[in-house]
Amino acid sequence: MSLVDFAFYLFATTLVVAGFLTVVSKNPVHSVLWLILAFVSSSGLFVLLGAEFVAMLLIIVYVGAVAVLFLFVVMMLDVDFAELRGEMARYVPIALLIGVVILMQLSLAFGSWQFADQAQGLRAAVTPDLDQVHNTAALGQLIYGDYILLFQLSGLILLVAMIGAILLTMRHRPNVKRQNVIDQMHRDPAKAMELIDVKPGQGL
Amino acid sequence: MTSADFAIVLPEVLLAVFAMAALMYGVYGGKDKSAGVILWATAAVMVALAAWIGLNGEGSNAAFNGMFIDDGFSRFAKVTILLCGAAVLVMGETYLTRLDLLRFEYPLLIALATVGMMMMVSAGDLMSLYMGLELQSLALYVVAAMRRDSVKSTEAGLKYFVLGALSSGLLLYGASLVYGFSGTTLFSGIIQTASEGHVSLGLMFGLVFMITGLAFKVSAVPFHMWTPDVYEGSPTPVTAFFATAPKVAAMAMLARVLFDAFGGITGDWGQVIALLSVASMFLGAIAAIGQRNIKRLMAYSSISHMGFALMGLAAGTVGGVQAMLIYMAIYVTMNVGTFAFILSMERDGRPVTDIEALSQLGKSAPLKALAMMVLLFSLAGVPPMVGFFGKFYVLKAAVDAQMTWLAIAGVIASVIGAFYYLRIIYYMYFGEEGDALESTMSPVQWLLLVGSAAVMVVGVVNLFGLEGMAAAAASALVN
Repeated sequence: MSLVDFAFYLFATTLVVAGFLTVVSKNPVHSVLWLILAFVSSSGLFVLLGAEFVAMLLIIVYVGAVAVLFLFVVMMLDVDFAELRGEMARYVPIALLIGVVILMQLSLAFGSWQFADQAQGLRAAVTPDLDQVHNTAALGQLIYGDYILLFQLSGLILLVAMIGAILLTMRHRPNVKRQNVIDQMHRDPAKAMELIDVKPGQGL
Repeated sequence: MTSADFAIVLPEVLLAVFAMAALMYGVYGGKDKSAGVILWATAAVMVALAAWIGLNGEGSNAAFNGMFIDDGFSRFAKVTILLCGAAVLVMGETYLTRLDLLRFEYPLLIALATVGMMMMVSAGDLMSLYMGLELQSLALYVVAAMRRDSVKSTEAGLKYFVLGALSSGLLLYGASLVYGFSGTTLFSGIIQTASEGHVSLGLMFGLVFMITGLAFKVSAVPFHMWTPDVYEGSPTPVTAFFATAPKVAAMAMLARVLFDAFGGITGDWGQVIALLSVASMFLGAIAAIGQRNIKRLMAYSSISHMGFALMGLAAGTVGGVQAMLIYMAIYVTMNVGTFAFILSMERDGRPVTDIEALSQLGKSAPLKALAMMVLLFSLAGVPPMVGFFGKFYVLKAAVDAQMTWLAIAGVIASVIGAFYYLRIIYYMYFGEEGDALESTMSPVQWLLLVGSAAVMVVGVVNLFGLEGMAAAAASALVN
């Protein structure tokens, strides 16, 4: 077994085990940590495939941002996962039954696995020739060249998501006292304060 | 290459850029005080774009390697969508202002949803189809839940979101199967791999999953469950929008997928669509009988109408697509008028949706009641209103395609459905005296109501040339 094979089995086994433990671990914080391990090992698999850019992306985006965000959510929100799980447990038998039925139907369908004759050619037609172009450059050509329309559309979708989140959650409360640094700096002591000479026994 | 491509998507780009500019104006300008201005500007831009697309568009152009198709079919759908969007925007203004719901984001989200719909009807690729669909849906989920202090509105938004996400999942799974078995996401590529008798089972599965996902969007039975709740819970102007433009977009997109990507296996998907069609027609007609809330009633009515439009698609011919387009154009015209009326239904300054509240409207507001009566007759498909011709074309398409059983089912469902439309008319003219509705109506709503009713009567002469336009559009789609 060569080193590459060994590395593949190492990453693949870790990935599967970590993925399984993500689902079954009782403590949600542990789940997120297992998830991070799963991401790291899958990025190792991408390195083995020669797609180093995707591998790094996986680490930066998923491990760096998404998983940490999950961790924040898990720690900051007071969600009783055990209770949710108990709720879910009631539906496990029926869900399992439906899952098995769908699985059998799909295996029936894909038992006669047969691609269209032209499928291979059509699939290869889109990607730039990897002998000519570096894989990261090829990715860039596809996303920012051929698929620029889709790229811009996804930007619009994110814009809609942002507008929507603000529209649905932001409330303007009229009587909130907010800190305004400029106002504070321009306060004039002469106007803000008044010295009153209070006579004994009189009060204001 | 790219500048030529962008010249073809220019209408979409302009609308998106306008939306972003208006967003900046709204945020840094008057906030919600500028909402009225933005709303009217959005409607004006939509009408201008509709005129431009309708008058200027020519031939069949593909952009971005075939991911975006601008042809007669997409132009027909886009003009319909843009005009609907503009009409629904302006007729909802007074309603939203009264309920203090007119935020400046509302017209922007409608504009962005319209961009999504324009992408949907022009999609030439599974990916651009999905992107357009999500852009449209995401904006609509938000406007459905816009009325934050109402439990029903929030529920409508949430239900729409969860079921919409599920349907998107089904659609994506289907798309992944189609890609896996055909090797391409381009419709022009898929059609090469799917020809009669040579279609693999996996591709077939993918197609069925995709039809399921799309049937959710057109609310065809058995994927209709969200419709009544969402229609009832959303603010009425939003409901009016749901009932018009997105339906046209989803129907056109379904036709695009079926004919552009799977045009070689018409017989295989024709039976699926025929089943959806029959189920929708009957469920829409029967379930609406028990409804007292006019918004829920319109939801079931739209389900039934979608069944009729699907009948045109099920025929799988040029005539069928033409009939579907005619049907959708007439359907949205009727719905714009009907919702203009529903938006004006109020008592003591509060919106009313109960159909019994319409009692004796024939006496208190004769012209309004007359216009509504014409629209309801048209919705029921009673000759000689234009609505009858919509039904006539789809039935004829079904008969021409040797689907006489489908046409007969359609006639029966339409007779059953006529009952609940006629009951509203009964309430308006012969109902018991009760608290009368206020007969106030904004000039825009009045214009749209009477205008759409007038179209239903005058259009009988030649359907305003709709037949020829739809025929040209259909022949652009079906080769």
